Amino acid sequence: MSGETFFAAAGMGATVRGVALVAKDGFSARYDLDRVRGVFSRADHKLAGESYVGRVLVLDAAKGGVASAWMLHEMKARGVIPAALVLNAVNPIMVQGAALAGFTMLSGFAVDITQAITNGAMVEVDPTAPRPFIKVL
Amino acid sequence: MNLTAEEQALRAGEYGPAAQWAIEHQIKVGEYLGAGDFVPVTQAHIMADTESLGEAGVEWLERLARLPAHARRVRIPTITDPRGTDFAAAHRLKQKPWMVELERRAITAFEALGVLMTNTCINYQTIMAPLAGEHVAYGDTGVVIYCNSVCGARSNFEGGPSALAAALTARTPRYGYHLDERRRSTLLVEIDFAPRELNEWGALGALVGRLAGDYWQVPALVGIERVPTSDEMKHFGAALASYGSVALFHIGGITPEARRLGDVLPAGSNVRSHEIHEADVRTFTASYARAIDSVDVVVFSAPQLSLIEMAQVAGLIEGRHARIPLLVVTSPQVKGDADRMGLTARIEAAGGTVLAGMCFYQSYARELAEANGWRRLATNSAKLVNIIGGYGYRPVLMSMPACIDAACNGGKIAP
Repeated sequence: MSGETFFAAAGMGATVRGVALVAKDGFSARYDLDRVRGVFSRADHKLAGESYVGRVLVLDAAKGGVASAWMLHEMKARGVIPAALVLNAVNPIMVQGAALAGFTMLSGFAVDITQAITNGAMVEVDPTAPRPFIKVL
Repeated sequence: MNLTAEEQALRAGEYGPAAQWAIEHQIKVGEYLGAGDFVPVTQAHIMADTESLGEAGVEWLERLARLPAHARRVRIPTITDPRGTDFAAAHRLKQKPWMVELERRAITAFEALGVLMTNTCINYQTIMAPLAGEHVAYGDTGVVIYCNSVCGARSNFEGGPSALAAALTARTPRYGYHLDERRRSTLLVEIDFAPRELNEWGALGALVGRLAGDYWQVPALVGIERVPTSDEMKHFGAALASYGSVALFHIGGITPEARRLGDVLPAGSNVRSHEIHEADVRTFTASYARAIDSVDVVVFSAPQLSLIEMAQVAGLIEGRHARIPLLVVTSPQVKGDADRMGLTARIEAAGGTVLAGMCFYQSYARELAEANGWRRLATNSAKLVNIIGGYGYRPVLMSMPACIDAACNGGKIAP
């Protein structure tokens, strides 16, 4: 719903705006993505076949291994990267990857953020605020 | 974060720009995850295959490597996870020259930083297992979960950049599994059967991982009656970390912090509990086998094989011949022993290919599939099954003997 704001426990990176791509599913750059084509490639991922490029990904939890710590940096260098990553639960790898890449990320909400944000909504993600937030525009 | 005088000097650049970048990176990570200070670490283990690094990551490493020698060297013993190729086999695998060249550049850069190129994800079986209570900065989720749970060491998942940062500063932010309070169990899983084959241990790990759900969960298992082997714990932990992003588990009466379950799950703890039965493992395994009656390639990898597993493969394929590609992936340390003991020769005489210092999924798996016509893959690694689907494969999880049978039957899977 327009104007609704959801505050996160932690945030990193710059303020961005974009169209939300939402699913109650996990995120791992190695496990889930075709990073050349810029789409979700894991067949049983709820966003399989969807382009993630330039979108604000709103997902449940960081999953998988340690590769995402390098991959976000590599994806950013080629410009085939989401605008931001917004998660209910983060793991250290996503934090480390976002720190290296200078990538925008939020995590930790009082509500299930994948239920709170509608797929396709235009949102603003501001990790620089005293209380980092995602806002539906 | 509270910084010591030495940490403030690192931040001020008094130890050079590499260490300065490292501690700034660590402060960003530590502040995000609520660390109050740093903890000294004794070893670092870096995951940095070039499929993950890409050209951008290799160039980034090369910039560090061009610094003066005194300003770029790691400060603690630092080792590496598998590379993206086995140089001796790259041509046979149909890897492209640019992949091999990128690997060479990454290795040259790491060597300039003083990193030991061990190229293994089973360092706890081959290099130097950490002691209980030892704080380390390990990459590779399988390494972290094994060393935390089986050895009692203390590490978070440290991705390549953060493991390198820890190597350059000899410390890491104190959060997560460096803290006593984070190591207590958050869920209880009751098991009423005994896994036998390694793939069954992996399947059990996968099921526990799915139940756990995220990095901050610490499962405690009860009902495991027999002390597992190192290889069984390796497959269990690797799958648990892969499916659940979990970094620590306990097994009541077995793992060092849970000799008494009450040590990790105090009486009256209000944690969720689950049961896993043998039928759940069968259902999990069957879910991958639907509509697949033959495979194009058999892969033993993820984690790399121990010397014991190498001997098992050699024994199972003795007197037979693989009629489809059979890839057997191990560490450079085990490969030397396998060569000396004739295991490599026995596997390769039977048509297998022994690869060292790489890992299948970290070696441009998508391009390998396209170049070799591989789509359906059999393995006894639940971790590999979980990962490889994202690279376009149809994986099947089977026991090691069943995988060998499939390789020798032209890929056909026994019903």
